Amino acid sequence: MTTFIVRRLLWLPVLLMLVSFVTFVLGFYGPGDPAEVRLGTRATPEAVERLREQLGLDRNFFAQYSSYVWDFVRGDLGDSYIFQGRSVRELVMPKVWISAQLGLAAMLISVGLGIPLGLITAYKQGTWLDTALVSLSLVFLSTPVFISAPFLILFFAVNLGLFPVSGWDGFFSTSLIMPALVMGTPGIAGMTRLTRASAVDVLNQDYIRTARAKGLSEVTVQARHVLRNALMPIVTILGLSLAGLVEGAFITETIFGIPGIGRLAVDSIFSRDYPVIMALVLIVATVFVLANLLVDLLYGFLDPRTRQSVDGYGRR
Amino acid sequence: MAEGNLDSNVSVEAVDARDESMERSKGLWTQAARQLLRRPKAIFGITVILLLYGGGILAPFLAPQGYNEQDLFAVRQGPSMDHWLGTDFVGRDVLSRTIFSLRTNLIITAASVATGSLVIGVTMGLVSGYIGGKLDTLIMRVGEVFLAFPGLLLVILLAATVKPRVLDWVRDFEDATGIDGLVQWGVADYLVIFGALAAFSWVGVARLVRGQVISLKATPFIDAAVVMGASTGRVMFHHLLPNALPPVIVIVTMGMGAIAGAEVVLSWLGIGIQPPVPSLGSMIREGQDVSILRNSPHLILPPIVVVGLLIFAWNLLGDALNDVLNPRA
Repeated sequence: MTTFIVRRLLWLPVLLMLVSFVTFVLGFYGPGDPAEVRLGTRATPEAVERLREQLGLDRNFFAQYSSYVWDFVRGDLGDSYIFQGRSVRELVMPKVWISAQLGLAAMLISVGLGIPLGLITAYKQGTWLDTALVSLSLVFLSTPVFISAPFLILFFAVNLGLFPVSGWDGFFSTSLIMPALVMGTPGIAGMTRLTRASAVDVLNQDYIRTARAKGLSEVTVQARHVLRNALMPIVTILGLSLAGLVEGAFITETIFGIPGIGRLAVDSIFSRDYPVIMALVLIVATVFVLANLLVDLLYGFLDPRTRQSVDGYGRR
Repeated sequence: MAEGNLDSNVSVEAVDARDESMERSKGLWTQAARQLLRRPKAIFGITVILLLYGGGILAPFLAPQGYNEQDLFAVRQGPSMDHWLGTDFVGRDVLSRTIFSLRTNLIITAASVATGSLVIGVTMGLVSGYIGGKLDTLIMRVGEVFLAFPGLLLVILLAATVKPRVLDWVRDFEDATGIDGLVQWGVADYLVIFGALAAFSWVGVARLVRGQVISLKATPFIDAAVVMGASTGRVMFHHLLPNALPPVIVIVTMGMGAIAGAEVVLSWLGIGIQPPVPSLGSMIREGQDVSILRNSPHLILPPIVVVGLLIFAWNLLGDALNDVLNPRA
């Protein structure tokens, strides 16, 4: 197990190097000259040239990339091209926190609605309620953010005036509800279906019959034997759903005007603010890789059977 | 005597079993198709997909007007006999634009899935799983790098950075060959979007195929094929591929809705297909302003309903296919 963790952790910096390289190449050969963008259209060629020298943009690709990596290793993410004189770190960090809160709220909605729905459908399997709820969860899955958002805004914000149309007031405020709902709904489907499948599987196991036969109360059977075993696969999907949440964040934050990293990413790609893009890509990649590692570890912890059989790369 | 009887019985049974298995292997797909068509989910999904994409393919014949025909005397009108779904800001027919948008979506989705998921993904998975060794490590590591990127961010980044270059290539191509109108039809947009979507959709399929191939490789019929002198290519595409295919079909179908949705998201962000070529995403973006939502909801309803139905239909079909081809899950 320790070898497994160490190998995965050693792979992380290599992966980040590769990810940063790909992003850097795209930025380097992509359109737009940061110096021109910063100085505006009326700048003289001499001024642009001077700024390029100042920013180190006149150097060749490898010089630029290696100095970026060296700065990154020392914790310096560079300065934003667009927000003049502001370092990427002070620009990005508060936004990471906001997006994390929004993501957490969305995840709570997916889990809080998805697991009970999944359990209900598993117990009522084959009935009309099962069919209805499974279809409903498919409808949730088929409702992308940019479809549900306008309707929620129109109904709850414009017509009923319950929630603000846009903006951000922190975790404990009404401005969180609609964006979190919009981001969380597609995840409900995955959660429902997975919970249903694994609960149905567990309910048919011999040990459930044994537990009942030896006279345990129904509450004990459900809580100790059914729920605990049925919830295990859910851990894996939590790691996977992170990817969906990050993607949902781009659109949700843009629509609701939330100053998080999703909106920052979209803005900085359009304004070709490459240092910010690099930082965001690397942050998200790190979170993805760490989340997957955590999932693998949790899985081994919850299900001792997988502990021995998994080698360094998740091969069985 | 009794023993001899038993022996002959066994051999007859074995022959029967072989015949049966040959028959079954021939009829496996027919059987799956028959089972699929018994499910209301699948029938609904297939019907909706055929109707919507069929409409898209026949757009030039079905649409009452061209997607860019403006009527400045009939701006932002509600549904009427002339314009069944009303008109937009510059008097373009919403129904026609929706139908042409479906064609856009179909082209992108089909091209991305065919190249990214099927050709690249399946080939990489086969090579990785069957040949193994360093090649396997290389392919899987490259895949991991792609997976570490947030998918949509990579697509946006690719679309934003690579597009001007592709546009230049298409212009050069036009100049060199004398073919006109490629830029105007948005060929560069199509190339960039489908390339970006294909770039990250191959990894999941490759991993799935690789896993299948590794477990199939250990079975005797592959050894038998190798011993009989089948080439590596023949083993991969003739013996391994058909057996690894069912879960691939399920995962690709389930991913179709996501790819169709990704095309809409990109156009919605303004980096997908550029106007005047219509796209469901740009139609939704134009109609989602709060004041427009309140006063002319007919602008946003058609694209939203169509996108929702399309993704729903793909998900339903994927679900039904999963039941048929993957009964354990």
